[in-house]
Amino acid sequence: MIRRLIEDALTVLSWAAGLLLTLALLTLAGYLLKKGGSTLGVDLIFGDTAPLDALMLRRQVFDGLFPAMIGTLLLITGSMLIAIPVGIAAGIYMAEYCSGRVKGFFSLLFDILAGVPSIVVGLAGLSLTIFLHRHFSAQISTSLLISCLSLALLVLPYLIRTTQTALESIDPLIRRTAPALGASRLQNIIRVLLPNSISEIVGGIILATGRCAEDTAVIMLTGAVASAGLPRSIFGQYEALPFYIYYISSQYTGPDELARGFGAAILLILICAGLLLIALWMQKRLTTLLLYR
Amino acid sequence: MNRPHSFTEYIFLTAAVCSGLLTAAVFIFLFIFSLPLLQNGQLTDLLLSSWAPDKGMYGIYPMLSTSLTLACLSLAISFPVSLGCSFVITALAPARLRRFLLSMVRLMTGIPTVVYSFAALFLLVPFMRNILGQGSGMCILTAAPVLALLIAPTMIIFFVGSFEKVPRSSTLAVDALGGSEIQKLLYVMIPLAWPGILNGLLLGFGRAMGDTMISLMLAGNSASPLNSLTQSARSLTSHIALVMAFDFDSMEFKSIFVCGLVLYIFTAILMLLLRMSTLCFSGKR
Repeated sequence: MIRRLIEDALTVLSWAAGLLLTLALLTLAGYLLKKGGSTLGVDLIFGDTAPLDALMLRRQVFDGLFPAMIGTLLLITGSMLIAIPVGIAAGIYMAEYCSGRVKGFFSLLFDILAGVPSIVVGLAGLSLTIFLHRHFSAQISTSLLISCLSLALLVLPYLIRTTQTALESIDPLIRRTAPALGASRLQNIIRVLLPNSISEIVGGIILATGRCAEDTAVIMLTGAVASAGLPRSIFGQYEALPFYIYYISSQYTGPDELARGFGAAILLILICAGLLLIALWMQKRLTTLLLYR
Repeated sequence: MNRPHSFTEYIFLTAAVCSGLLTAAVFIFLFIFSLPLLQNGQLTDLLLSSWAPDKGMYGIYPMLSTSLTLACLSLAISFPVSLGCSFVITALAPARLRRFLLSMVRLMTGIPTVVYSFAALFLLVPFMRNILGQGSGMCILTAAPVLALLIAPTMIIFFVGSFEKVPRSSTLAVDALGGSEIQKLLYVMIPLAWPGILNGLLLGFGRAMGDTMISLMLAGNSASPLNSLTQSARSLTSHIALVMAFDFDSMEFKSIFVCGLVLYIFTAILMLLLRMSTLCFSGKR
């Protein structure tokens, strides 16, 4: 009897929990859309400047999100350019060459790196800047390059892990075929194993890209500022979408600016959710695409 | 057999070693920069004394206690909800709804933390201000539910994953005996999957301790010692973000590296625990 009661109560409570989570998500989406939905449009990005002029870099955009979006785009590109080669190479090493205690030690290190809070990664980037500033050149300060390096460090463990898991989960039958035909270990990796796991690796890369796009804590310590316009060089400061949202939350001067903040929040969610959906879609589709080309 | 032979293979090795060294380098940088404060006194003094820069006291106890309280509170909210959600996704809901809910949870992992806190700042903070009837409405009690929402997807996905690993022979046996879905969960899946639940809980705790934006934007950031949940408070992570603006050579600035060091060591211990529990339970089975 009591068991029956517990079972029924647990069922009801579980459904309530599911409902609560759905409601929380709907509230968030509804509230953002209500406050920022009206700002969505070309004006949100380009302000008063003609979109073509802004894109051709002929005129600066002052009251739009264009500089922040370009900043985020550069951040993503830069950090992924650094992180992808290192991450995939290290992942291959972990899956194919490493074994025993060394492997256990390395994977513990990467787990720690993956678990380190993003603000601590940002702090490491900042201390690197101070170190370079003191010992090499007084001109070095927080900049786009430092941010890219820090973000690359942030997503590095994800890339290593994805590559490693993708390679390790390959069917042993496929793994042994090429060596049996006389292929070397390296040939096997490059010609057989990597193409076979490419969808999961690319999926992991896209997830990592989303992580770069959303992270605020790292860039606020390493060079993101509220109004820099377009970054002049990789050694300059820059604007970025997540930092813009944070800045607006405390420094907005009027309802227009606040609405633009909500617009930026919607935009950032769309970018991150979009990347996530592509990653999920990739993991189903890409393997078939590449195997039957 | 496992030794690298060619140039390309040495590149793989170098990449792995460099990545490992970077993990160590982060620790070393934090340690070197917090050394001036560590030399002044004992680490325990630093951890357990209060923050009063004008009196020359740079203890981080208020931030440490805030971080722990906030993480525990949000975990207390998030754990039952996540467990309930994972029950619904694993067994209770019809197949279509299951898939929909799981995709929804996956999508939630993609929502930036800054967006959560931005929305909560204009929605939850005024609400809390009205309820409490005093202060700014920014307190631990405001930040905790938002943080709970942030860590829920991580835990749900982990729980669902560990339920799915329960061998089919066990679940089929329950079906054959005519057990209901909830009986299957309660008497078969939870007893078999609880190490996974424990690991998910640890991961959620780490995520809650490490989040910056929510406590920075919603908890109020006062560095006074923590007395009540309805009072403005500052976490370790927001302390790092806030003191950033000081002069680089000041002791205030050095203290953020101590905070970073504490967070780093906390993460390392957490990961060791995770690893030990995984090894322990996988050895048993």
